[in-house]
Amino acid sequence: MSTHFLTVESLKKVFPPTNGIANEPVFEDINFYIDKGEFVCIVGHSGCGKTTILNVLAGLDEASAGEAFMDGREVRGPSLDRGVVFQSHALMPWMSVLGNVAFAVKSKWPDWSKDKIKEHCIGYLEMVGLGHAIHKKPAELSGGMKQRVGIARAFAIQPKMLLLDEPFGALDALTRGTIQDELLKIVQATHQTVFMITHDVDEAILLADKILLMSNGPHAKIAEIVEITMPRSRTRSEIHHDPQYYKIRNHLVDFLVNRSKTYAGAEAEMFHDAKNPPVVRPGLEVERAPVIALATEKVVSQLQQVKHAVNQ
Amino acid sequence: MSAKLKLKAAFISLLMLAVFLGAWQLATQPKESAVQALADSEYAALMGKGQEKSGFPTPGMVGKSFVQYLSDPFYDKGPNDKGIGIQLAHSLGRVAVGFLLAVAIALPVGFMIGMSPLLFKAFDPFIQVLKPISPLAWMPLALYSLKDSDISGIFVIFICSIWPMLINTAFGVSSVRRDWINVARTLEVNPLRKAFLVILPAAAPTILTGMRISMGIAWLVIVAAEMLVGGTGIGYFVWNEWNNLALPNVIFAVVMIGIVGMFLDLFFGWLQKLVTYRE
Ligand SMILES: Nc1ncnc2c1ncn2[C@@H]1O[C@H](COP(=O)(O)OP(=O)(O)O)[C@@H](O)[C@H]1O
Ligand SMILES: [Mg+2]
Repeated sequence: MSTHFLTVESLKKVFPPTNGIANEPVFEDINFYIDKGEFVCIVGHSGCGKTTILNVLAGLDEASAGEAFMDGREVRGPSLDRGVVFQSHALMPWMSVLGNVAFAVKSKWPDWSKDKIKEHCIGYLEMVGLGHAIHKKPAELSGGMKQRVGIARAFAIQPKMLLLDEPFGALDALTRGTIQDELLKIVQATHQTVFMITHDVDEAILLADKILLMSNGPHAKIAEIVEITMPRSRTRSEIHHDPQYYKIRNHLVDFLVNRSKTYAGAEAEMFHDAKNPPVVRPGLEVERAPVIALATEKVVSQLQQVKHAVNQ
Repeated sequence: MSAKLKLKAAFISLLMLAVFLGAWQLATQPKESAVQALADSEYAALMGKGQEKSGFPTPGMVGKSFVQYLSDPFYDKGPNDKGIGIQLAHSLGRVAVGFLLAVAIALPVGFMIGMSPLLFKAFDPFIQVLKPISPLAWMPLALYSLKDSDISGIFVIFICSIWPMLINTAFGVSSVRRDWINVARTLEVNPLRKAFLVILPAAAPTILTGMRISMGIAWLVIVAAEMLVGGTGIGYFVWNEWNNLALPNVIFAVVMIGIVGMFLDLFFGWLQKLVTYRE
């Protein structure tokens, strides 16, 4: 048994056949781990199976093969140990803001008194800057405020791990920035372990300790694990001044634009070990990156020619 | 602006009512010539009375019924002569009991069916066959097996109001947003709390719509049922007055049925508003 807080081993998902036609595996041979207090982002193109992986970790969905262990125990079904922030905020519209958070808190600590629950909830709502809106209904809030309630609800049950599915995807850039700052502050203060899906490269660099790069589906895999080597005390306004920032950013964008398609199929396995995806530190690399990128590109284009030939 | 609109609408409504009453008056007033030709006033009165009996009643005659019955709605002078308030109370009582029994069955069963796709499919053929049966078709069976006209009336209300509620409850419960269910799952909420705090409020608007439809049908059916079984109630009142050839009273009762039905619907509309949430 590994010593990591969360371990994912050989995870694979095949959805049941649609209209009698068998589906290809969305992803397979997914292996990664997360240590306690780590903030891990997963980045990949739409449809590669990120949400499905998160749902498996949350216990809301079952993998077709492989398993996930958290804190030494296999993940089976949902648990209060794992808080989830849903992409669509998923607040109950008939409950007030306070009611939504209190519903979660009461679920975790059924014996608490009403006052204690209220006090606890208000603490977390103030943390996300919503102390003034606790009696409002979700319909009266802006998108950003709703998402904040979702975050407060997830934090309020003090889970061992937090799972976030593109929590800021639906927000405008300005609001997103503010909430990212808040999340950064909260996570730095609480050392919460977080697994987060995002399609925003800058968001991932700002928040993450490491970024899992996922190749395109079907047959998606973890292509690379990018370590963010910049100091943990980042802020959104200063991160751009770090020379590592652009190296990391370029590396991620290059992956998404050029390399994410090339990990499926037998030929890819020649140079990629899905059991141990390469760990890269583009922030620390000194001007070597373009050479590597060029080299890979060359291999890739050769492989594609081979594939083309085989298909014909 | 909207107040002005309301005022205008009310004015037009009144106008339409006046035109309708006027046309009614014109169509039903006794022929002048026939009355004039009869010199004997006693005879005229007699004839006039005869005309009143056989012709369609004038608005004035129906108005008299309104005044007479509404001025003393709760008198009770034996089985065939009770105030309109008492008759309506009997009908409303039957509807209430039948409807509440239907709620007591339809809500839990609908919940169960809605939660389980298997049960949904298993119950479906029965619901599809039972739903279109006119509730009055059950009357002979009810009278035979229950041996009591009052209970049979209640049974008919029960059987007609159960279907819309059952179907809407099942549908509302089965289509609760996946996200909300997932929230409850990740919070390890126990089944009872989940049912009452998540699924029920989420499905409540759909359930209330079913109840509103059921109540509408129940109020339609009770009149027919009471005409059949007799004894008491607004339906029986209509039937009784028809047998007395007292058409003004029949018209009065018809209007009362409409007004009570409207208030029932308004009440359920208000309940519906209470449980409706904005997303
Ligand atoms: N219930 C389902 N049945 C069949 N296919 C599904 C189902 N849910 C998701 N998929 C497919 O699985 C793939 C991955 O979906 P998802 O995990 O939502 O991707 P992502 O979150 O990375 O955009 C998609 O191609 C999607 O079409
Ligand atoms: Mg997704």
